[in-house]
Amino acid sequence: MTVNNFPAVNVEFEKPGGIETDELILNMGPQHPSTHGVLRVILKTDGEIIKSATPVIGYLHRCFEKHAENVTWVQVIPYTDRMDYIASMNNNLGYVLGIEKMMDLEVNERANYLRIIVAELNRIASHLIFFGTYGLDTGAFTPFLYTFRDREKILDLFEEISGARLLYNYIWVGGVAFDAPDGWLDRVTSFCDYFMPKIKEYNDLLTFNKIFIERTANVGVIPPDLAINYALSGPCLRGSGIKFDLRKNDPYCIYDRFDFDVCIGKGEEGTIGDSWDRCWVRVAEMWESLKIIRQAVEKIPGGDAKSTVPKNVRVPKGEFYIRTETPRGELGYYLISDGSRNPVRVKVRSPAFVNLSILPAIASGTMVADLVVIIGSLDIVLGEIDR
Amino acid sequence: MTSQEIHDILAQKFPASVVEFSDGILQPFIKIQAGDIDRIARFLRDDDQLQFDYLMCLSGIDLGENLGVVYHLYSTVHNHKIVLRAEAAKQTPDVKSVAPLWRTADWHEREAFDMLGINFVNHPDLRRILLPDDWEGFPLRKDYIQPDIYNGIRVPHPDHKEEANDRE
Repeated sequence: MTVNNFPAVNVEFEKPGGIETDELILNMGPQHPSTHGVLRVILKTDGEIIKSATPVIGYLHRCFEKHAENVTWVQVIPYTDRMDYIASMNNNLGYVLGIEKMMDLEVNERANYLRIIVAELNRIASHLIFFGTYGLDTGAFTPFLYTFRDREKILDLFEEISGARLLYNYIWVGGVAFDAPDGWLDRVTSFCDYFMPKIKEYNDLLTFNKIFIERTANVGVIPPDLAINYALSGPCLRGSGIKFDLRKNDPYCIYDRFDFDVCIGKGEEGTIGDSWDRCWVRVAEMWESLKIIRQAVEKIPGGDAKSTVPKNVRVPKGEFYIRTETPRGELGYYLISDGSRNPVRVKVRSPAFVNLSILPAIASGTMVADLVVIIGSLDIVLGEIDR
Repeated sequence: MTSQEIHDILAQKFPASVVEFSDGILQPFIKIQAGDIDRIARFLRDDDQLQFDYLMCLSGIDLGENLGVVYHLYSTVHNHKIVLRAEAAKQTPDVKSVAPLWRTADWHEREAFDMLGINFVNHPDLRRILLPDDWEGFPLRKDYIQPDIYNGIRVPHPDHKEEANDRE
């Protein structure tokens, strides 16, 4: 018997459980403060976990290699400045060394020492930018202000010797653009004296900060064999515990005359090859660069730094691959000449390009927030990746 | 190990694949058949004497008639280097990919494809990397002509000077 006139209804309730989350495709960048430029990463996420990360690059492509084929050998040097724009001296150095090797040109001693001093100063300046912005990535604002205060002092030194603060065009074929002004070397020494205690200050502020360690240790671990297979270089390779530095293993310029150590990650706070190790290697490298600068300032001979600059740069027919150690790693130039005024081919093997290519391999399975830490620890410069 | 010794080992092992050895220049290179590069690369990587575990650089070059791919290899174990070169005709620029051997070659080969149009056979994901996906042509080829119009936008070009003056 029915109580009312309504027909009997069989309501099937949905069984509890079995909630499924969909994959979400998320664009990180190209305008994102923690991608250090115009890098876009397409993330496939499952909740907070990244399933795959695909970097998309090329937003800053300025046809460096095509330009280089249409200007003379010497006119390429200012373009190299604009690749890795926070370590321009090191970019100049690699290209110029390649040309000198092809021309079989001997460079005078004073210029060689000046090159070492400016290259190592620029390494410190570049690592300072890394250190400050890595603090920003992990949520610490203060270190950024401290590192930029000290980087300013290096830029002042560069301004004095080259006239420019960011893009120097200082290292020329056969020498340097200007000799050091009076008292400049003394000011370099006093900068070293000033800067040495500052490294401890940075370590107290950030490197050994409990929160920072929790944030970076065991995140983005790169095993050594993977690092070699991906041809990582620079602090990213050394962070994985591999003692490999081109300044020691394949010396160029006059680096074999200096006494310094190659710093590697030892997994002190977590696993070998994690983000903290990569950060620590860079901090320790600033110390080593100071050692090199001090030795160079002590040993630098007198004379005219521009005495071996040739009036006319004629590169004989041939090809050469030169690699140098920039703050980011192995910067290679593959130069081909047919004996004419312009290069036939200038291929750049940029360290940040290669270092970034490992991102898909180590990003899957991590949290979205950790990806910011991983990208930061690779220390990329998009100007160099996109060229 | 010197380039000469490495060449001798390769020439003995793969007599049909090793084309030529350029000695007496700054950096000697070994020329390899483009179709055999993956076999030789695997041997170079895995052989105990050689152990080229580190691919420093992979570059595409335009040689006029042919397109070339140049491999700069380094061994972190034995601390020696070698340069390989493979060439393919411009009409059918097929070169075997080495990306399965050295993962770093993935992006390098995509760049060589992007800039010179070299087709890497067996590459896992061969598409443009630096240029936009809809770009036409391969800019680093010597016979590349800059397009007049890109996506409906007139491209400023030295040859368009007269028109630019007209507008003013």
